[in-house]
Amino acid sequence: MSEISNPKHIVESLGSSHYKWGFETNIEMDIAPKGLNEEIIRLISRRKEEPAWMLAWRLDALKTWQAMKEPTWAKLTYSPIDYQDLHYYAAPRRKASPKSLEEVDPELLRTYEKLGIPLREQMILAGIESADVERVEGETEGEKEGFQRSSVAVDAVFDSVSVATTFRETLQKAGVIFCPISEAVRDYPDLVRRYLGSVVPVGDNFFAALNSAVFTDGSFVYVPKGVTCPMELSTYFRINARNTGQFERTLIIVEEGASVSYLEGCTAPMRDENQLHAAVVELVALEGAFIKYSTVQNWYPGDEKGRGGIYNFVTKRGACRGARSRISWTQVETGSAVTWKYPSCLLQGEGSVGEFYSIAVTNNYQQADTGTKMIHIGRHTRSTIIAKTISAGHSESTYRGLVRILPKASGARNFTQCDSLLIGDQCGAHTVPLIESRHRTAKIEHEATTSKISEDQLFYCRQRGLSEEEAIGLIVNGFCRDVLKELPMEFAVEAQKLLQISLEGSIG
Amino acid sequence: MSQLLEIVDLHAHVIADEQEKQILRGVSLSIPPGEVHVVMGPNGSGKSTLSYVLAGCDAYKITSGRVMFRGQNLLAMKPEERAALGLFLAFQNPVELPGVNNAHFLRMAVNAVRRQRGQEELDAVAFLKQARKVIETLSMAPDMLKRAVNVGFSGGEKKRNEVLQMTLLEPCFAILDETDSGLDVDALRVVAEGVNRLRSAEFSALVITHHQKLLEYLVPDRVHVMANGQMILSGGIDLARQIDQEGYVHVMKGASTCLK
Repeated sequence: MSEISNPKHIVESLGSSHYKWGFETNIEMDIAPKGLNEEIIRLISRRKEEPAWMLAWRLDALKTWQAMKEPTWAKLTYSPIDYQDLHYYAAPRRKASPKSLEEVDPELLRTYEKLGIPLREQMILAGIESADVERVEGETEGEKEGFQRSSVAVDAVFDSVSVATTFRETLQKAGVIFCPISEAVRDYPDLVRRYLGSVVPVGDNFFAALNSAVFTDGSFVYVPKGVTCPMELSTYFRINARNTGQFERTLIIVEEGASVSYLEGCTAPMRDENQLHAAVVELVALEGAFIKYSTVQNWYPGDEKGRGGIYNFVTKRGACRGARSRISWTQVETGSAVTWKYPSCLLQGEGSVGEFYSIAVTNNYQQADTGTKMIHIGRHTRSTIIAKTISAGHSESTYRGLVRILPKASGARNFTQCDSLLIGDQCGAHTVPLIESRHRTAKIEHEATTSKISEDQLFYCRQRGLSEEEAIGLIVNGFCRDVLKELPMEFAVEAQKLLQISLEGSIG
Repeated sequence: MSQLLEIVDLHAHVIADEQEKQILRGVSLSIPPGEVHVVMGPNGSGKSTLSYVLAGCDAYKITSGRVMFRGQNLLAMKPEERAALGLFLAFQNPVELPGVNNAHFLRMAVNAVRRQRGQEELDAVAFLKQARKVIETLSMAPDMLKRAVNVGFSGGEKKRNEVLQMTLLEPCFAILDETDSGLDVDALRVVAEGVNRLRSAEFSALVITHHQKLLEYLVPDRVHVMANGQMILSGGIDLARQIDQEGYVHVMKGASTCLK
């Protein structure tokens, strides 16, 4: 077969843009003037009707941020961001906070329809709160999947504000709090004050400090002791306004023996200029708690020439505070012009478990520098890292990981697997794993592979009747299988389609 | 009777290390519907190239000649269109597709050709039922469907997997590229029976082989000898027996005398 193994026909991307979420919604907006200063922070805090302590916290974060420098260590190249040339607050104009969806701007609801927020959620968004809606039929690997009934509660964040949160009553009955964080600041100040910034301190890094000063909305989740959250929780983030940054803040607290599965999805309009997204996510898992956090990141990646797209600088970290607690991050990263993101776990509790499953797809001129940090603090802590990187076009993708075993973490274990798949010969994949072990009983494994989709594989699939794009989708999905199976079923189906769309036109 | 496949004076080369290497130097061959033809020949005679060119592998450049398949210009079609039209190639070395479930792959393939043929797609249940039936007749392990395509398969398992795909895709013309190489007698019989089961007035095959052994189970209608990029001899089963006893060199010497 060597005679056909030369992949010279796999050429640079022809990729016309296939980003179908790139529309703009024309609704009345309430926008703060450009610039970042104390006055703007006060304005945000006022708009959010925040208590004094929250404003003080923000102002403190602003001071911290002003003394910090933007990090340059990532393998990313982008034009400088003028932080004074951005709007830090943009909200759809409306009456007080909407109690029901009838109060939500119909244009906004149409937006969610266009975003393809699954049917069941639209029904819920349409106000059929108690509807028990059929789950999407999941079909994997030729095995028959039965229909199952489940439901998903949704929080929708449009630019700077949360516009709708569904299923709140059902969740309340179980004792679960799921609401916009701006509301939690007012309604559950004790919980928020206790945990906000406890996992990602204000001065943790440049972007976290920025977020702490200006964050506008995001989701808050609290699951009380012993409660298994009765449904998937999900937040859709949407950047719409021009020259506006999105700075959402998510805080999830899961008490002893409780568990929750949370999913976030994100999209943005197609624009020629770059837009900034700097989020912070903090997770706290107490004794025996389990948090599953899944992300399908599909911010606008820019066009085939590399114009426009989102700058995505995100700090995500979970603390396994209690013994035997477990935090599992799963991410499918297909969007953004630039991604800087390292969902991490602080494994404090004895026997706690951290997991990171990642698929990062870059095409055209996208750049991604992503990975994880697993900090083993407690005894017998375990972590698993499976990172799949797919690069096409002229893109650059870096896996950056840290596994640190601290002196008290006896019996700690880590398994890391990093696989890169290259499509064409104009892209790059890089792996930067750092391992620090300060306990002799630690057991750390690291595996890494780099491969290409070969002409042989494509020809084999096409000889069996598949089109070239079906073949690429199939091979890429096979490559990502270990990660896709970690996603909640309905989102796995979405993610598989997304992978295919992201790579359309990547082979000439 | 019109031909199912008609190859006329086909020339093709491959570009390796920036040099053109002529491999097919005027191949002509006709296969009517319902017939099994065997192509034998020494290593490097162009047999595998012929099968790749027919299947549409674009690593080869066709310089002249034409190929008609079911009355259509085969060379103008994409590989997947040829597959949909009923051409199947059982690969000499089937590639591995890591992480791709075999059943999923098979069903995608079957439905892709059914779609192109204007047939209704099979749902998971109907497909699995059919696949399991074929697996049994090929004495394949049932877990074969659950494993990744060809990953960790033994040589024999890979070849059986090719026969499984051939059976499910219902081609009207199959090319078997040394499907018998490296197989023990039992596996050989399974492969031959797999082909025999498809034999009908609507099914033809081009079987590339080195060995007389396969032909004991798979009795061909015609035998061709290929050398140096051309078909130099054609005959019945006796020709294969003669090659087996006397070797290519002797038989080909006779051929060149005949050609004079």
